Amino acid sequence: MIAFLCKKLLRFATLLIALCVLSFWLVSYSPLDPIQAYVGADMTRVSLEQREAIAEYWGLNKPPVERFLHWGSALVQGDMGTSMIFRRPVADVIGERFMASLALMSMAWLFSGILGFVLGAIAGMKQDTWVDRLMKWYCFTLASTPTFWLGMLMVIVFAVWLGWFPVGLGVPAGVLAEQVTLADRLYHLILPALTLSILGVANVALHTRQKLVDILASDYVLFARARGEKGFLLFWRHGLRNVAIPAITIQFASFSELIGGTVLAEQVFSYPGLGQATVQAGLRSDLPLLLGIVICSALFVFIGNLVADIIYRLVDPRIRKGESA
Amino acid sequence: MNRRQKTLITTVCAALLLIGVIASALLIGDEWIATNFEIKNEPPSLAHPFGTDWLGRDMLARTVKGLSVSIGVGVIAATASAVIALILGMLAATMGKAVDNAISWLIDLLLGVPHLVALILISFTLGGGLKGVVVGIALTHWPSLARVIRAEVMQLRSAEYVLISRKLGKSRWWIASRHILPHMIPQLLVGFVLLFPHAILHEASISFLGLGLSPHQPAIGIILSESMRYLTSGMWWLAFFPGISLLMIVRAFDILGENLRKLTDPHSAHQ
Repeated sequence: MIAFLCKKLLRFATLLIALCVLSFWLVSYSPLDPIQAYVGADMTRVSLEQREAIAEYWGLNKPPVERFLHWGSALVQGDMGTSMIFRRPVADVIGERFMASLALMSMAWLFSGILGFVLGAIAGMKQDTWVDRLMKWYCFTLASTPTFWLGMLMVIVFAVWLGWFPVGLGVPAGVLAEQVTLADRLYHLILPALTLSILGVANVALHTRQKLVDILASDYVLFARARGEKGFLLFWRHGLRNVAIPAITIQFASFSELIGGTVLAEQVFSYPGLGQATVQAGLRSDLPLLLGIVICSALFVFIGNLVADIIYRLVDPRIRKGESA
Repeated sequence: MNRRQKTLITTVCAALLLIGVIASALLIGDEWIATNFEIKNEPPSLAHPFGTDWLGRDMLARTVKGLSVSIGVGVIAATASAVIALILGMLAATMGKAVDNAISWLIDLLLGVPHLVALILISFTLGGGLKGVVVGIALTHWPSLARVIRAEVMQLRSAEYVLISRKLGKSRWWIASRHILPHMIPQLLVGFVLLFPHAILHEASISFLGLGLSPHQPAIGIILSESMRYLTSGMWWLAFFPGISLLMIVRAFDILGENLRKLTDPHSAHQ
């Protein structure tokens, strides 16, 4: 187990270093001028000297290799630089935005996991009936649905027509930051989280269904059926544990799609999270922030995959045995 | 009617839908989406089934045009991605362990960053626009297909007729081009069609975020992101119809790919 962890960490370290080099190289070749993006519409009023002063302030006048070494050595010490659009340290911006996104992501993640598992289990038990077909149709359709479009439909139906939920933002508009209550935040969270949950169901549900179908075709289930077990009892005794591990694993391994969905959902609902910061950084050429987000999201995905691997090994006795043998 | 015939019929229907959209986009001239302020912001009616937008343009014509732009981008990006997958998949399977490890490391690197974040990074590097979207999608979507191809080639390499060919002294190139490549074509075709839904959805997403195609190329993502501003005023048709059309196109490609896989797979040939 320890050897396995070390191997994983070592591999991730090489990947992370490569990612830093690669993404730095990529952004330094962008034709978008960070100084122009920084100054914005006042570009015509900025003299050449002022331009150079700005370039020197941000260290943009040095060759890329030197800039990379400077950035890289600061990164190793935990300093990711200063965001150009927020004028604050990147680590602070990411930390704050990440907490907001984390609330959204964890809600969507939990909800989609549970709902997906239940749906998949029902469909698997009722294989080839109309329930199963309906579930499959629903999941395949969801897999083809653009996240942002579903978010827009949610806004139209629940925020504009029914007026149950706010149209967007993370907190009520026109209220002082100290007066925002937890209930307010949750209230603004429901619609984006619901959007992500509805879409996130497909993957887990289809996977759970397939596993359950495989298990129900096995000899020990045939024997159990012959003994007279059926319905929920059969699922409880033979299905649940076999199906739960892959479902949990796949849910942890889906962090990458979760982040992708969050970026889109945050854009639709103007939710001030990490996804919105990513888009802002891309549109307004905030290099330090963009690089910081790329690295942090890779870290997040890696942790998800690692947890999936560990759970798989810890919970499933068969894999542990196979390793020692 | 057996299952194979049913599969064939759905495949043909999906293909017809896609061809229909592309053909009608070619037939619709610019006069169809000319601005006409007398009929702006109209809800769906018989004359304008998808309604009209804030400039009086017919949403149906705009949607069809947008879809064909999206399909075009999808075709280019998915083709490039499939070619990368074929080359790297075959290299991984034939060039020894070091190359195999290197490619699997590369796949890990790509899958380690969320697709959308990688797309934003690449399209930022290339300054946005069509080039950014196509290169971004081509570079991020090949891993899954490359894995399939690698596994398939690995299996073929130990097939008896390949072993016999090798014992008969045929060159590596001869074996690769006569035995392995013809075997890969159905796999590649199916993989290509299945890449498509992802390519189109990601293209729409990145354009929606404003980092993809420019507003002068009215792809579906652009139409939807423009309609965002009119959501709160209750103009639901601006968002609903383009989105559901996109959904139908993506689903059609998905069905096409899945059915082609079933049809080319000998295990299900007798159903």
